[in-house]
This record gives sequence, structure tokens and C-alpha cells, in this order.
Amino acid sequence: MMKTKIFRPEKRAVLIQGDQAVVEGALAAGVEFFAGYPITPASEIAEGFARELPKIGGKFLQMEDEIAGMAAVVGASLAGKKAITATSGPGFALKQENLGFATMVEAPVVVVNVQRVGPSTGLPTSPSQGDVMQARWGRNGDQEIIALAPASVTESYELTIKAVNLSEKFRQPVVLMLDEVIGHLREKIYLSTSDEIEIIDRKRPAADQDPDQYLPYQLTDDLIPPMADYGSGLKYHTSGLFHDQSGFPDGKNETAKLMQDRLHNKLHNNLDQIILYQKDIRKDDRVAVLSYGSAARTAISAVNTGRKDNLKAGWFKLQTIWPFAEKEVAELAAQVETIIVSELNQGQLIREVKRAAAGQAKVLGINSYAGELIKPEEIRALLEEVL
Amino acid sequence: MDFEKYLRMDKLPHIWCPGCGHGTILNSFIRAFAESDFDQDKTVVISGIGCSGRATGYLNFDTLHTTHGRAIAFATGVKMANPELNVIVMTGDGDGSAIGGNHLIHAARRNIDLTVILFNNQIYGMTGGQFSPMTPTGDLASTAPYGNIDQNFNLAELVAGAGGTFIARGATFDPRQLKKLYLAALKHKGFSFVESLSQCPVSYGRQNKAGDAVEMLKKQEEDTINFKKWQQLSTEEKKLKYPLGILKELDNPESEYTVRYQKIIEQVNNEGAL
Repeated sequence: MMKTKIFRPEKRAVLIQGDQAVVEGALAAGVEFFAGYPITPASEIAEGFARELPKIGGKFLQMEDEIAGMAAVVGASLAGKKAITATSGPGFALKQENLGFATMVEAPVVVVNVQRVGPSTGLPTSPSQGDVMQARWGRNGDQEIIALAPASVTESYELTIKAVNLSEKFRQPVVLMLDEVIGHLREKIYLSTSDEIEIIDRKRPAADQDPDQYLPYQLTDDLIPPMADYGSGLKYHTSGLFHDQSGFPDGKNETAKLMQDRLHNKLHNNLDQIILYQKDIRKDDRVAVLSYGSAARTAISAVNTGRKDNLKAGWFKLQTIWPFAEKEVAELAAQVETIIVSELNQGQLIREVKRAAAGQAKVLGINSYAGELIKPEEIRALLEEVL
Repeated sequence: MDFEKYLRMDKLPHIWCPGCGHGTILNSFIRAFAESDFDQDKTVVISGIGCSGRATGYLNFDTLHTTHGRAIAFATGVKMANPELNVIVMTGDGDGSAIGGNHLIHAARRNIDLTVILFNNQIYGMTGGQFSPMTPTGDLASTAPYGNIDQNFNLAELVAGAGGTFIARGATFDPRQLKKLYLAALKHKGFSFVESLSQCPVSYGRQNKAGDAVEMLKKQEEDTINFKKWQQLSTEEKKLKYPLGILKELDNPESEYTVRYQKIIEQVNNEGAL
């Protein structure tokens, strides 16, 4: 087999789209496998991998449909590769069942969703953040998900690396939620050298692991079982049925409960490693504009220009949207009088903000859901109204 | 020969109903695998949902019990990620030809080196006897209480037409032939497909008054004929019998998908990239 080489030898500046930055970030993080299906506005990601992966001995697959693309990356992950797929809202809907399967068998994979306006075919070339709740609840059953939302091309690069690392560390599928603006926007970014990037590989069983003693879903202290590559001789079973530590279903309610709790707790015990955000809230700020993804760009711009006119406003940008930054938003609500949630949908994440704020601050939404960004002056007008 | 090492003996007895043909398929597969030169540690067996889907739980390999219809798509990912692995898919007629039909024809089209064993019992057994794309027209099913008006697939021909390079059909009344077909399919470099006629005396048989397993196996024998003899029949006679044996075999390992992708990798690295 061809030995794959690690990424770029030199740090360099490039002018690229967000979609292309996802490709660069994934390669930097050690991704060697892509499978997917063409869809606007995510096709550039597939095209990038088709071009780049053979250069490092990696594999690109254009599958017959979105469902197969999701299935193939889970298969590749179980065979030991870091694997990624990319799609947009309608394709994301099709991927949900096998995304749930990945959660259940704890296969590290990254799913990129470059959001466009829905429902249905919607507006294929316009930005949206309409899939926030689809990412959280799109599958059957209670289940956790990690979802990150980059707000720039640089963040598309950095958060893709982060997404791969989180998926490997926690044996957990991670969704990377771009939107059409971020996916197609071109910005100058710096691609790092391989030694500048922290790369996390999944925990594997020891080389001398006795096959008869191997428990593929072992209950370890960190709640993350060591994962064997298929073909390593440990011959284990993988199933979307609730399974015990041996990987086999036993049909018992206690087993299902134990597993549900472990899948929840392996993330919720480590929220400090998962929840990423940036903020600029001054002591005397009375209003905070909370946003994520492309909506954050205009929100931050409105706050910064408002401050020049002495508006007492700050900004809070979520990079991790799921699990929701409950503690951080509760603290924010204790600090300011009003939180304005700016998002490109009819008000999805605002529900979480209200829940976390628990009445400590007034929570208002500013929304655009028909394919246009929210303009800084619209946010400015609302800021002035509130202040 | 030690066959038990290929089974997870602690998971037996299996859940299949008395008289079900799926155990015969599993038995024939194990005997074929034992005769192959495949490394048990380098073999992954992948299944979907339904009665056939349970086969992987009993087999002592790396096994993957996937979502309904998607076994071949998962298998494509496993094989591409590590072409050194032998990848075998066990699927049913509902799993493989209805919900998973798209993956079946496209994997055949790519000619990726998977061995697909399709358990064809002509019914959705586990969910209680609904008609599948392989249920013959006119038969009864719980969702066709007045008779099935759907036409059933000729699945072997479909997969051959899609580009699969090894196509065979066997039946549980002749396990020795099944074993031979599985062995030939395992050895074939490229997409291989063995439609395996199986009997379901419970979910299919009861509704259609087909009798017990023995009667169903006799009927299987009556309805089928050796492929070479079938070729001698008239066009009208051919319609009345299903041919058994190797129906298509194109030996061209260079046309296999992972081999062709590896050539792309070499081309890009030797001649330069875009």
C-alpha cells in the first residue's frame, strides 16, 4: 500500500473559497477519504477532494446518491481512515439515517453542510442557516451531535481541522455548518505547516490486544472505547442496534440506557473541549448581538460601527452551535440587559438562547430567511431601538 | 475441517424460523470460505436489515450490521478505504433489490470487488410477510391480500446488465452447488453477485399455502434448471424455469474499481497533478 504523506511543507498564503478551505483543512487534519454526491453550494468541496486526494494516496468516491455517500464514509472510518462527506440541506436530510448510525456505532466522521435556503429545493444558491435544528434533531431517537459553524474562510479551514479532531477524539460524528456565503466567499488565508497543527487520532487498542478479550464498546473511564480498524484481527461486530460492551445487541432496556447515557456523557463531560466561541462584551455593554456563521459577520460589523457612536453593545459569536453553549449564554444573560440573536432562519437557535437566558435578559431575534444576509444597518437600527 | 472457527458459536442458535433456508446459505458460505485462501482476519462481512441482516452476527469476522438497504454502500467505503480487505455483503431481496436497489446496480456498474450474496426468499420475512420486488406476480402477501400485481425482477439479469462481472444463481435445495458458486464468487476479482433462492415457510409459505420447507424445496427444484440445459430450451420454455449456475463471468481484474483508482493515484504521482 502507498504510504500517505502529510500535507503541505510550507506555510503559505492563498486566496480561496470557504469550500476549498474545508478541503485544505481536512487534508491538514489527516483526512484520506471522501465520498459524496454533487449538490449546490457544496460541489466545490467534492471537486477539491477529487483533485487532491489521489496526490496523497487517498480515496475519492462520487457515489450514486447522498445516502450512499454517508454510508461509504462510515465504512471507510471503520476501516481506519479519517473520512469526510459534504452536502447541502436536501442532501443533509438524506444523510440523516446513516449519520444516526455513525453516532450509534461511534464512527468518527465529518459531515459538511453548506446550507442553502429551504424547505425542499428552496433557493439553491442563496445563504441560509435553516438547518440548525435539522443538525440537532434530524435523526430518530435522542442523540447528541457536535456542530461547528465557521464565519470566514479562515475559520472554515480551522474549524474543519477542529471537526476532524473532535470526531476522532470522541468517536463522534461532527457536522460542519457552512452556508452559501461562507462556502463561496473568497478570502486570503494562511495554510499552516503540518507541525503547526494539532492532529488528533482516534484511540486504538494496543498492538498486543488479545482478540478474545477485546471489547469494542468497552466501558472506559473516559467513556470513549478504543476503536480497532477492520482487518486488524480483532474480529468485532458493529451494529446500529443497542449493544453491550461486546458490540452485540442483547435487547435489554438496561443496556440501552447505559449506552444512551454513555453517548451523552462522553460529550457532556467534556464541554470545555467542545464549545468554542468568541466574544467582545465590555463591562458596561447593555446589549449583546449573538450570532454564528455568515450572520456573525454583519452582526460584528454593526456592533463595531455602533461602538464608534458610543452604543453600549457587544458581540458574541458561537463557533460551536451544538452542543449549545448553555453555561456561557446564561452568563451572558446575567451580564447584559438584552440579547439580540441574529440568524438566517425564522428563529431556530434563539429558542436555545431563551432557554439558557431563563429570563435574566430580554431575548430578541433579527432574522432573514429568504436568501439575503441581514444588513448591518438593520442590526444597527434594532440596537438603537433597544438602547 | 474446522468450520466452527468461522462462527460465533456463543451467538447460536440463530433466530431464523424452523424450515428457513437462510441457515443453509450460511452453511454453504462457511464451507466455501474454508476452501478459499482468504484470511479470516482480513475479511469483513456486511449486512443490512431483515432476516438476512442477522447473518453477520453469527459469523466470526469483522462484521457490520448496517441500516436497511445500505450494506453495499458501506461495503464500498470499506473496500475503497482498504482494498486489501475481502469484503462480503449479505443482503436480502427487500434489502438488496428494493430499498438498496440503487446501490446494487451502481456497485455492479463500478465493478468494485465485493462479493454480494443475496438471500432471496421472495418476501419481507422479519416484518411479517409483505411483498418484495422478488415476490412473483399473483402471489399473496400481507400487503397484497388480493394478489400481488407487481412484476418481480429478474435480479441476476439486472445485475449482469448493470455491469457486474460475476453473476450466479443457486438455491438452497442444492447446497453443494451453492458452496461452489460462493467459492467461485469469492475468488472472482470484481463485482460478484450470487442470487441465492431461499425458502420462507412461515412468512411466505403460510400465506401462499406453499407447504412446509420440504415441499418448498421440491418446488424450488421444479422451478429451476441447470444453466447449460436452460440455454438449450426454446424461448417459451426458458420463461418457465430459472437457470442455476454461473450465468456470467468476465475475468478482467484490471477493470476492477480499486485497481483502476490505484492507477489514478500512480498516474497523478508519476506524471504530475492538476
